[in-house]
Amino acid sequence: MPIKEVGHYSVSYLQILDASGNVDKELEPKISDEDLLALYRGMVMGRAVDQRMLNLQRQGRIGTFAPSTGQEAAHIVPAFLMNDKDWFVGAFRETGARLLRGETITQTLLYYNGFEEGNKRSGNRRILPVSIIVAGQALHAVGIGYAMKYQGEKDTSVICIMGDGATSEGDFHEALNFAGVWNVPVVFIVQNNQWAISLPREKQTSSKTLAQKSIAFDIPGIQVDGNDPLGMYVATKEALERARTGGGPTLIEAVTYRLMMHTTADDPKKYRQDDEVEGWQAKDPLIRFKKYLEDKGLWDEQKEEALQGATKEEIDAGVKAFEEFTELPPEACFDHVFAKMTPELEEQKQDFLKRKGS
Amino acid sequence: MAKLNMVQAINLALETEMAKDESVIVLGEDVGRDEGVFRVTAGLLEKFGESRVIDTPLAESAIIGTSIGMALAGMKPVGEMQFSGFSYLMVHQLEGHASRFRGRSLGEWNVPLVIRMPYGGGVRALEHHSESREGLYSTIPGVKVVIPSTPRNARALLLAAIRDPDPVIFMEPKRSYRAFREEVPEEEEIMEIGKAQIVQEGSDITVIAWGAMMRPAIKAVDEIKEKLGKSVELIDLLTMNPMDGLTVAESVKKTGRCVIVQEAPKTMGIASEVIAQINDRALMYLEAPVKRLTNYDVMTPYFGREMNYVPGQENIYKAIEETLNY
Ligand SMILES: Cc1ncc(C[n+]2csc(CCOP(=O)(O)OP(=O)(O)O)c2C)c(N)n1
Repeated sequence: MPIKEVGHYSVSYLQILDASGNVDKELEPKISDEDLLALYRGMVMGRAVDQRMLNLQRQGRIGTFAPSTGQEAAHIVPAFLMNDKDWFVGAFRETGARLLRGETITQTLLYYNGFEEGNKRSGNRRILPVSIIVAGQALHAVGIGYAMKYQGEKDTSVICIMGDGATSEGDFHEALNFAGVWNVPVVFIVQNNQWAISLPREKQTSSKTLAQKSIAFDIPGIQVDGNDPLGMYVATKEALERARTGGGPTLIEAVTYRLMMHTTADDPKKYRQDDEVEGWQAKDPLIRFKKYLEDKGLWDEQKEEALQGATKEEIDAGVKAFEEFTELPPEACFDHVFAKMTPELEEQKQDFLKRKGS
Repeated sequence: MAKLNMVQAINLALETEMAKDESVIVLGEDVGRDEGVFRVTAGLLEKFGESRVIDTPLAESAIIGTSIGMALAGMKPVGEMQFSGFSYLMVHQLEGHASRFRGRSLGEWNVPLVIRMPYGGGVRALEHHSESREGLYSTIPGVKVVIPSTPRNARALLLAAIRDPDPVIFMEPKRSYRAFREEVPEEEEIMEIGKAQIVQEGSDITVIAWGAMMRPAIKAVDEIKEKLGKSVELIDLLTMNPMDGLTVAESVKKTGRCVIVQEAPKTMGIASEVIAQINDRALMYLEAPVKRLTNYDVMTPYFGREMNYVPGQENIYKAIEETLNY
């Protein structure tokens, strides 16, 4: 009996704006000028807030955080494509995306200064708080997707973001498996920034791509140049449309790079070479996108200056509002252990206040 | 003799034991090239190579699950959980398998495995980086839970843990990692797992602490001596499970009073078990109720509030004073 082939698979790679910012005309998506500019503004804001947070962290005014400089296209473009009913289920390296979904700079800073108040989102409520536990959120996204379907919500989807390291956790595989079986409207975006703290991608998994992990669960997967805003736009839009119309989950591997440290507590000099970083600096998504906008006649230095100025002003205002929070109640944590305060907890709270007062 | 901090002392224990015994290996996230996010595994990759110092993919369950297999096949893996807050992903391997091989095979199989993890608060870290969950691990039969408090006992206890034929959870108080140095003798020193240490003898009251709580406890005890002229017996618990109830009870029989200081939340914690041990063995000797000074039954707050909740020197002083005056 001849051996039959029962499956044959391939993985595609999508890039529309090349590393120098030249567009592939055939693949170029139709995006309104207004949207293009809004996208660029979102990415500039993400970058600028990152830089300001780094300064604040170095001055001891906020705690540890994970910078996302260099990865803006990979998460801000998908955030831009979401509608108000969509859910954002992120990890910890998507500050710019969170801002675009309605989080305020002030709240981001409160969070990174160690106060739960930072998790009280303004604006769009369908943003889950930062997930520090790697990959755990992928299962939450699948659950949300199921609930959307079950409750008959139409035209909704869930964007679930994580890093390349997350693809090694059991939770990731369990999430993809359930997502496939339940056919839920979830778009998984893996920001493959080449490193999980000190572990390079090649030591994370022996798979050639992370996109191919979708094959095992028979869901669509694609590898995208994650520093190409147009590539991310097209891939995410297609995946969102599939999700919103009952077509089920998608896995997108966004190939990008972590230009800075893992977190402000980490020293990348211990494990990676400067020239590797420099090579990727040349592929900066902001530079590419700016060139594209200039080539289209939508952008010039004057506009850039004005945008940088406006961005700085907005951030200044956010930082100022953050610094005005001086008196955050120390006993806040007692009030949210359970829906209803138990007598024992009430006693403990009183004891705490006494301990504090003494 | 060298003055080492706790990070260096733990590193020394790993290095000497690896040099001596080829079956000892270290594995975990970022333990190799990065030398651990706290540099606990510094120099080990260079000395022992990639087959004995393994930078694993990011998967806690896999780190411990594969360690169990290695241990069953004659190796002595020392797995690292980057922070104790991420160790729950391996709990099913620990509870479901590591702790059970001996019992399920009536002694045929055993799992000599060490799981190291930094725990506890005080370093302004993000969520999940500050909890004290020694009580949770101490409810699992067949698992030993060890917590050093100083560089010297960290070295001596880790050596004991690696040589122990059973699974040992070794929790390192990260607040104490670089807070102070201590003379660590050059010759090998081993402390017995399962034994509490009387750090200082006294006759008026017993104070019991462990991990990062030892430092403020020592300071409070000194202050008590200075201000009130009272003699305090200070006990470092060192092993949470199996608990050394005998040493605790003997001390309380002598002093009649006891204060327990715990960084973890109040309910179902180690302090509760210490009190139960005292009830079982020394109830009739008590002259005052045993006092437990603990954190509260709240999720560890983000770091903006965290230190409000952890017992400090002043709270410990007060608790001792109140118990003395009862
Ligand atoms: C379950 C779990 N284990 C370990 C950690 C510690 N940790 C935080 S981030 C990180 C690396 C994450 O790498 P990746 O998923 O690639 O995301 P990136 O940081 O590169 O964005 C590790 C090991 C964690 N947060 N959660």
